[in-house]
Amino acid sequence: MWEQIRSNQIRSVVLTIGMGALLILLGYFLGLYFFDRAIAGLVIAILVWAVLSLIAYFQGDSILLSMSRAKKIGRDDHPRLYNVVEEMKIASGLEKMPDIYIIDDPALNAFATGRDPNRASVAITSGLLQKLNRDELQGVIGHEISHIKNRDVLLMAMCSILLGTIVILAWYGSRFLIFGSMTGSRRSSSSGGGGGAQIIILVVALVLMILAPIMAQLIYFAISRKREYLADASSALYTRYPEGLASALEKLGASTGQLKSANKATAPMYIINPFRKRGMKAIDLTSTHPPISERIRILRAMAGASFGDYDQAYRQVHGGKGVIPASSVVAETVPIATTKLEGEAGEPNEIQRTRETSDVMWRLSNYNTITCECGAKLRVPPNFKEPQIKCPHCGRTHQV
Amino acid sequence: MVAVYVIIGVVVVLLITFWILYNGLVRLRNQVKNAWAQIDVQLKRRHDLIPNLVETVKGYMKHERETLEAVTKARNIAQQLTSAGAGERAKAEGELSSALARLLAVVERYPDLKANQNFLALQEELTSTENKISFSRQFYNDSVLRLNNKTQMFPSNVVASMTGFKAGEFFEVTVAAEREPVKVSFTE
Repeated sequence: MWEQIRSNQIRSVVLTIGMGALLILLGYFLGLYFFDRAIAGLVIAILVWAVLSLIAYFQGDSILLSMSRAKKIGRDDHPRLYNVVEEMKIASGLEKMPDIYIIDDPALNAFATGRDPNRASVAITSGLLQKLNRDELQGVIGHEISHIKNRDVLLMAMCSILLGTIVILAWYGSRFLIFGSMTGSRRSSSSGGGGGAQIIILVVALVLMILAPIMAQLIYFAISRKREYLADASSALYTRYPEGLASALEKLGASTGQLKSANKATAPMYIINPFRKRGMKAIDLTSTHPPISERIRILRAMAGASFGDYDQAYRQVHGGKGVIPASSVVAETVPIATTKLEGEAGEPNEIQRTRETSDVMWRLSNYNTITCECGAKLRVPPNFKEPQIKCPHCGRTHQV
Repeated sequence: MVAVYVIIGVVVVLLITFWILYNGLVRLRNQVKNAWAQIDVQLKRRHDLIPNLVETVKGYMKHERETLEAVTKARNIAQQLTSAGAGERAKAEGELSSALARLLAVVERYPDLKANQNFLALQEELTSTENKISFSRQFYNDSVLRLNNKTQMFPSNVVASMTGFKAGEFFEVTVAAEREPVKVSFTE
């Protein structure tokens, strides 16, 4: 069952190689046009790509996490979240516990990052943490953990670096072209008979400059969407409970808030597209994520919890061939869990979850919380100097 | 001369295949071992949580002496069987799971208890430990299934029988009560 991931990975790798070829082609023709030597363009293209890749590989996760202003939490900060992540870690057979981050944002979203399964993090917005009950949280975390387990995170990071390099090269290429033709300062090899060849090279370079970024983007989106379906299937398999993720996606889909700290490059990392418009039917090619309503319908149509069941549900809802290669679907039955202990007793409701989450957020910003006997909660800021504080509600004095 | 090269080539290919298959088997066996250790960790955690839970709950639940005693008894039996085989152990742990489920179902009748912060924290830990047990069991059984498939299917079965790999034992839940959702009844 776990090897099934591999054949899907091959498909993604082929697409990634396609993107790499696009980059090399662009570099080749830009080099030919500007420097009269293809090798110069290739060197520049590969250099830019290598530098960006190294940065992304070694610093990518910390850049992403600090950009989204995520705060790391421990077991005691939010026991339920920590436990759910640990449960999914166990279910997926991940060897190392990923770091957990909370983003203080009312928008509903979550993402996973990290270059390999041993150095991974999951981040969730405080808004989502408040909205989801335990089953739903498990579904969402299962989705994120499977991004880590399937090594989607590294693949998507490398793809976005390729895309970024192509966009940068095409952008600078077109600027130089305009600048060069205006001043006429472009150094020419001035071999008299090269005129025709020069024009062909110019045309090819121009076409590539316009088309390469678009094509790279489309490939990128195609890879991203495929990984989303696969992560949904894995989440259902880990939790043995597709309804949890389905109902979480329903809540996510109903929300309108856009995530402040997301940007276009990081969009595929999130569980739902952070820039979607409300009610958008994103069947088109220019979306990093499959439409939520479709993902929900697939999950709800599952007869069991295995990859085979997901594939069948996908074909039923989406039509066409399945998202999981036939060769990797083995005939085995994985029943959907019926006993869900957490759905019963002791489940905090949304108000309690909101209080709980805001307590965590205050604590993470170094605020001291004092609970007064009258029921009021005093938030003492970290720069508060007085040794005592008076409760504004009932007038009792507390030691800070 | 050509025949010698062909023979050498075939032997090298066979050796490499053997090597890859053997490593695959070892990796799976280690995975099964790790998965078993994970179940062990979670079961121990549950054994450690129960005295705490019983202590917290006792003051509130005057009328549930039998339920509490059943939990304590099941826990003690399960703890004694920690070094037993998978089948026997699964049975004892299954008993403990159903005793615990009965206790947690009864909690619904005690609103005071549900307001107790200490109890709520314990309940979260217990719920999560139950989940972790079932998830680690799930992963263990998946790993055992893969190992068993490998030891029985060609070509890895040849390597497995040559190097003495044995099929693993599943961790099955034998208690029927754990498979079915607990019915909570509010009428006395």
